[in-house]
Amino acid sequence: MLKSLVIDPEKCTSCLQCEMACSFEHEGVFNPAKSRIKVFEFEHGARAIPYTCTQCAEAWCMHACPVEAITKNAATGAMEVNEAVCVGCKVCTIACPFGTINYNHDTGKVVKCDLCGGDPQCAEACPTGAIVYSDADWTGYRKMEESAVAAHGAAPTA
Amino acid sequence: MSWQGKVLRVNLTDGTSVAEPLNMDWANDYLGERGLASKYLMEMMDPKADAMSPENVLIFATGPLTGTMASTSGRYAVVTKGPLTHAIACSNSGGKFGAELKFAGYDLLILEGKSPQPVYLHIVDDSVEILPADEIWGTTVWNSEAWIKAKHQNPLLKVASIGEAGEKGVRYACVVNDLHRAAGRSGVGAVMGSKNLKAVAVHGTVGVKVKDHKAFMEAVKKTKKLLEESDGRKELTELGTNAMIDAMQEFGGLPTRNFQEVQFEGTDKINPAAMAKVHADGHKNLLTNKACFGCTIACGRIAHIDKNHFTIVNRPQYRHASGGLEYETAYAFGPVVGVDDIDALTFAGYLMNEHGMDPISFGATLSAAMELFELGVITEEDTDGIPLNFGSAEALTVMAEKTGKYEGFGQILGLGSKLMCEKYGRPELSMTVKGQEFAGYDSRALQGMGLGYATSNRGACHLKHDVFAEDMEDQSGQGKAKPCKESQDKVAAVDSSGLCLFTTAAWGLPEFAAQLDAACEGEWTEARLKEIGERVWNLERQFNLAAGLTAADDTLPPRMLEVPAPSGTAKGKVNELSVMLPEYYKLRGWTEAGVPTKETLQRLGLS
Repeated sequence: MLKSLVIDPEKCTSCLQCEMACSFEHEGVFNPAKSRIKVFEFEHGARAIPYTCTQCAEAWCMHACPVEAITKNAATGAMEVNEAVCVGCKVCTIACPFGTINYNHDTGKVVKCDLCGGDPQCAEACPTGAIVYSDADWTGYRKMEESAVAAHGAAPTA
Repeated sequence: MSWQGKVLRVNLTDGTSVAEPLNMDWANDYLGERGLASKYLMEMMDPKADAMSPENVLIFATGPLTGTMASTSGRYAVVTKGPLTHAIACSNSGGKFGAELKFAGYDLLILEGKSPQPVYLHIVDDSVEILPADEIWGTTVWNSEAWIKAKHQNPLLKVASIGEAGEKGVRYACVVNDLHRAAGRSGVGAVMGSKNLKAVAVHGTVGVKVKDHKAFMEAVKKTKKLLEESDGRKELTELGTNAMIDAMQEFGGLPTRNFQEVQFEGTDKINPAAMAKVHADGHKNLLTNKACFGCTIACGRIAHIDKNHFTIVNRPQYRHASGGLEYETAYAFGPVVGVDDIDALTFAGYLMNEHGMDPISFGATLSAAMELFELGVITEEDTDGIPLNFGSAEALTVMAEKTGKYEGFGQILGLGSKLMCEKYGRPELSMTVKGQEFAGYDSRALQGMGLGYATSNRGACHLKHDVFAEDMEDQSGQGKAKPCKESQDKVAAVDSSGLCLFTTAAWGLPEFAAQLDAACEGEWTEARLKEIGERVWNLERQFNLAAGLTAADDTLPPRMLEVPAPSGTAKGKVNELSVMLPEYYKLRGWTEAGVPTKETLQRLGLS
């Protein structure tokens, strides 16, 4: 079963444990500046929204790459950057409509979420369940259930 | 490792800055944050220097665990000599600024001298600029933060700044970071203002490494789980610190109308239930909870004000969410001034953050002014025509704004309660220790809290000791000195680690030691942390003694020592400081005059 990161901003407290976990996994250092997931805060923190790559099936970044450095990991569904091939041209950063692939000037390559090879550390670190890693075909399950409850007034399951 | 090993020193007089290696001998003896900054302060300045003079030194300090995955790793402290107490001031804050300073590569930021013109610091890793602040001088914290981010086109900057209160020398002005987190107490913002420093803006890309990654992540996982499962943590997450208001109301330890009473009839209107109540029009004060950097507790509250409330009905600029009531703000704008209007309390909280003031000191000072007013010592002629009666939401919000802008009677309130009450010839009405106002706990009901207030090195404070369990159990002074002394040392070690005191809801020193041992060079044990805590406490004491304070300053106002509590579980009791203090001095290894003996200093390596 393929899985996806499912993000529920309502549960996010903006603690940034996800950003630290991401940078630690990929760079070996606690460093939100190098995180591939970012939490955005609005209105003095009344809303906090974690945001990262959704791993598009027909990924703009993949199609834009002139050297085919971005390929799909068949096991996880993640679009992954092959650093040995990437030439740092940044065309993918222009092509991505969501801004979730970015250039890292330290390495001269682009970086993006790779789902940590199937064990995403942001979801592991999130203390509130705002980021979970679940069935890629049912990312709407929770919302669907909430809508059903709203429509029929049943008590939601745990 | 875990320390960055680097200190940024900025001389504001000359406009120069230099990065120096961290003194690792001191880091090993004082750990970080509060302890380490106190050591630097002691070595760098004459404790007798005027707090508002260029000779004072202002230090922003992170701890070794700041900016790591340890829960609550967003803490930093501002350490300096305080203008409210003329003693060492150590004010601790969360938010995201502290971790960002660490990510830029610095353990400490040390500010010396005084800039000839208003300036702000712009730090991105090794790049340090001292830039003109003319365009934001005279404006609020909120404006300054937005202006700096826009100016540098960098939304990733984290900003700590002062408002007009800090510029104009309100003695309890604070440093506010990330819009509504603050190094709140003891007037550290006034010191920043006296140096003509408006703000520090920082972005860091260096990150933080630890000694043993695997061991550290294991320790972090274990301690996070303990925290997750603890009842104290659950209460903080669900209700916030204001859960305390119901407990104190029931117990009879809730300071009301300048400590004339210990229970408040309006508690139900400002407690967590009132914050969560949905009104007929759908309005609800509380919107959500919010975490500081790295925090898996998230005790912070985000609230908003009813758009039809008198405070903002004609001021649409305040129709946004911001920091909501925590226990100390609820106490300071509620019972102690007799106000039960939750929107007025929330608005006063906005004003504190916007203008950069300590809500505890402001509320307690206003409550003393209200007592002076009701006694007829001051009249509407003194108070710009505003009747300062207990219970007046208008007096609360108007005076909060006047003090924030340093206008009219706000200039008098800006002196703090001690100087204000002395000015009007009624010093006994000031509910302070060493010039700093009490937090929201009455020391007749909570005896050990009274000893903690009396002996705290930064003046009256509820956060430098933890005798709460013992205080709730029995209401005599017997047996309180030992837990007070021991918890003071423990808290000093916790503060020096770079983590939040609220983790002690689930963790003891062994949990801190486990995380530090995996993160930092050397061996870190519970025993070592205890010794560091005691060393830090005694160093702060040495600073204060050198500054001219004496045992006579370790006392409580006559209302606590002579006037019995009028109701509650402590009805008829006064604080038994005279029982506790001599025992405390003895346990500390101090003389009867409150001076550490030669043996004590030698034992702690402080001679």
